[in-house]
Amino acid sequence: MPSPTYTLIASNTLSTSAASVTFSSIPSTYTDLVLRCSFVDAGATGVQPMGAGTYGLRITGVSGTTSQRFIRGNGSAASSSSISGLYMADINGTGSTFTSVEIYIPSYTASQNKPISSFSAAEANATTAYISAVAALYQNTSAISSFSLDLLGDSFAVGSSFFLYGLKNS
Amino acid sequence: MSRPTKVVVNCETGVQEVIELTDAEIAELEAAAAKAAEDAAAAEAEAQAKAAEKEAIAAKLGLTKEELLKLLS
Repeated sequence: MPSPTYTLIASNTLSTSAASVTFSSIPSTYTDLVLRCSFVDAGATGVQPMGAGTYGLRITGVSGTTSQRFIRGNGSAASSSSISGLYMADINGTGSTFTSVEIYIPSYTASQNKPISSFSAAEANATTAYISAVAALYQNTSAISSFSLDLLGDSFAVGSSFFLYGLKNS
Repeated sequence: MSRPTKVVVNCETGVQEVIELTDAEIAELEAAAAKAAEDAAAAEAEAQAKAAEKEAIAAKLGLTKEELLKLLS
């Protein structure tokens, strides 16, 4: 029987709002990591498309130089920019419509800098919705064994869900 | 007012904990949010300066800003 190549490592669906979600003690037995999450901002900040000053969903809890480039469309305009930090998705208001994100972390145990990418859709059941793609770089040659996600001061609402998968190439 | 919390999922044991943020973690979040607000203000000021520059160019050419934008689109 073939061994599974796409395995759920851990997950959490929030039963109370939280400022951040941390995955710790990530096993080093996989080749790549995939994080899929669906979240709503429980804070008051509201719309936070990625860009100068309005940063969105970010990965924290890792030490090293981080940067990213993104492209975004909102139905009427396209934009592209870069900011420092691992900002992976736009936030589109604080209503009840969830933003969905997939973050891919290849070769997370390799002794090399880590390219991290994401694809997200931030719908808000309103006029403006965002769809974004991010190419980020985490400059640290140590294996990733833990990381956190936050909304830069706002909180994830109840019902936000986070699924961490491990991928094996054999 | 209750302190903000974080959820920690231990991937090895499966144990999930809800932990209050430390003072240092709250300070880090506040500092990052303040930096974001500063950056937003700077970005807004830059955008306004660019818009004013475009209007000045349009005025030199005897065009409205809308006419200039139409020309450039």
